[in-house]
Amino acid sequence: MLDTFFNIAIMRAAWPILLAGLGNTLLLSATVVPLGLLGGLVLALLARSRSRWVRWPLMAWVDFFRAFPPLVLLIFLYAGLPFAGIELGGFGCVAIAFFLNTGAYYGEILRAGIDSVPTGQSEAARSTGLTRGQTMAFVVLPQAVRNVLPDLMSNTLEVVKLTALGSVVAMPELLFQARQAQSLTYNPTPIVAAAIIYFALLWPLVRLLSRLENRALRTG
Amino acid sequence: MTGWERFLDTFFNARVMAKYWPDILYGMVVTVELAVLVVISGIAAGLALALLRALGIRVFNWLLIFVVDVLRALPPLVIIVLIYFGLPSVDIVPSGFVSTWLALALVLMAFSEEIFWAGITAVPRGQWEAARSTGLSFIQTLLGVVMPQALRLTIPPLTSRTIAITKGTALGSVVAVSEILGQASSAVSNSYNPSPLMLGAAAYLVLFIPVVVAGRWVETRFAWKR
Repeated sequence: MLDTFFNIAIMRAAWPILLAGLGNTLLLSATVVPLGLLGGLVLALLARSRSRWVRWPLMAWVDFFRAFPPLVLLIFLYAGLPFAGIELGGFGCVAIAFFLNTGAYYGEILRAGIDSVPTGQSEAARSTGLTRGQTMAFVVLPQAVRNVLPDLMSNTLEVVKLTALGSVVAMPELLFQARQAQSLTYNPTPIVAAAIIYFALLWPLVRLLSRLENRALRTG
Repeated sequence: MTGWERFLDTFFNARVMAKYWPDILYGMVVTVELAVLVVISGIAAGLALALLRALGIRVFNWLLIFVVDVLRALPPLVIIVLIYFGLPSVDIVPSGFVSTWLALALVLMAFSEEIFWAGITAVPRGQWEAARSTGLSFIQTLLGVVMPQALRLTIPPLTSRTIAITKGTALGSVVAVSEILGQASSAVSNSYNPSPLMLGAAAYLVLFIPVVVAGRWVETRFAWKR
């Protein structure tokens, strides 16, 4: 049993391969999270538009990408677009697919956050002479972000976990590398090792989140 | 052919679509089966664990929290791969369908346990004390007084989490489950045309747009008024 799932020799041999994969996982996360946040912020701000010609398409956009499994989006970009002569490469496909997916989620979260700030706050800010942009940036957004911080963090956790889908389109991130090592050694140890790395990487965030969520419901 | 015609011929090729739509339809059935199984078993297991956690057996709870944390930290695809490619080494050979079901149900179990537990702890202490002092037993208080209040609180987060995990059924395509994406992908490589993928995308939208819209409604309807 130990020899099958925790084979030390294989773990040692697979280590450099896994480490390279971890690097790519982190790089991918560091690309998608800021992009997604930025996209989400744009969506959340546009959602406040008074024109329904802006709001309705926006809602459709968000619902579309929330309904669409990210893997399907990824496969579409990776296997579908080349037929139209567009080759994005593994990293590009993964980054774009997850940006579209997670941007919609971040957008919904930030919108809820902005809604949670009382209107009196922006009225007060405007009456002291701040412009609309200043009010949003310095008064509303900081409070909004604080109110939905657990959700933002939870979504960030999901993004890092999402990067494992990159393995499906041969993007050499952690899971892909582990599967390569597994098929070379005929032993599941590398996958177990990858799971341990994911756990070690994300456990602190999971713990923190679980505390924040409990507190939010209790005082909510 | 103009560019537009070529585009239509490539991505919306009627001949290819006519040939492969029964495959996609079959994939839809598998996706729905898998999703229903995951949702029922995952939420039932999560609820059972949350109720057990309320009993306050310390060692059991530590173990429970650890397992839940592991399942929340690991990407679902890693769990699927671990089950599908790992277990055969100890002579347990789960099919792709069973692996995907098991993995997603475990993940949903972990998330829903957390949500149910947060709901239970959110019910004010006074409710417990009042119920117990009227002579209800611990179990009666938990099931008759606390859970009905807790469940209402858990509906919005549980809905969005369940939808997110149900979309994970697409991951089954990685371990050869013939759900929508799996069917569409193999049709694309057989026909060397991306039209089946468009059909697959449409199938997902048909299944999930109503769910997302209903979820949005549920979230506002049961929102926790501050």
